[in-house]
Amino acid sequence: MTAKRPLSPHLMIYRPQLTSMMSITHRLTGVALGLGSLFFVWWLVALAHGGAYYDLIRSIAEHALGRLVLLGFFVAVSYHLANGIRHLFWDFGIGLSLQGVYRGGYVVLFVAAIATIGGAYLLFFA
Amino acid sequence: MTDHSNPSMRSALGRAKGLGSSRSGVSHWWMQRLTAMGMVPLVLYCLIGFLCFADASEAAARSWIAQPFNSVALILLLGTGFYHAALGLQVVIEDYISIESRKILMLAFMKMMMTAFAVFSIYSVLLITLTNGA
Repeated sequence: MTAKRPLSPHLMIYRPQLTSMMSITHRLTGVALGLGSLFFVWWLVALAHGGAYYDLIRSIAEHALGRLVLLGFFVAVSYHLANGIRHLFWDFGIGLSLQGVYRGGYVVLFVAAIATIGGAYLLFFA
Repeated sequence: MTDHSNPSMRSALGRAKGLGSSRSGVSHWWMQRLTAMGMVPLVLYCLIGFLCFADASEAAARSWIAQPFNSVALILLLGTGFYHAALGLQVVIEDYISIESRKILMLAFMKMMMTAFAVFSIYSVLLITLTNGA
């Protein structure tokens, strides 16, 4: 029998901070990319197969829902890449002050926002 | 001779090997960083390449992939990418799945999936490259 005790460190009563939210978003986008890469594998297999099968995959990708998934994938790549570079800077001991952590966080959010706008333009309005 | 200035429970051999409780030292952490650094230029290069044939026509996509430098970059990206993904997903599973049997099964399943993804995608790139124009 498992007792229903609150989990340490009581995540639910913490006020959300930029640092913690960006940390869990890095993990979420990582998981999404790892599992979502199935679509990229599928696309490559279809491209190698060619012909009618590729046309089928292409028509799925060009559907509004398919484009939405592509946009999500693109935004996740951009965020995880930018925040990953932020993590690499930390590994070299750069930007580890409270001010540096927030400054880098805003840069990453800016990059992700630009990628979202650019990706949405390319996928839905270009 | 006993060194009383170091009250560690760790044996001298364990300390010398420096592998810690993970039994693999910092290799997981280190490989995650190495693959991350390798992927920065690869992701940027392949992303820009893919954006250049945004119309996604079969011929355009195949001819981009079939160029030697592009196919090598893509294969390197797929290899390091799925390795990096397996390392990352491993940490997530270890953090959130506390039932040991379920954890081991999920780790094994995840690693098989990532390996399969890598083999399927790299094989597809090779097929495209080697059968180009055939």
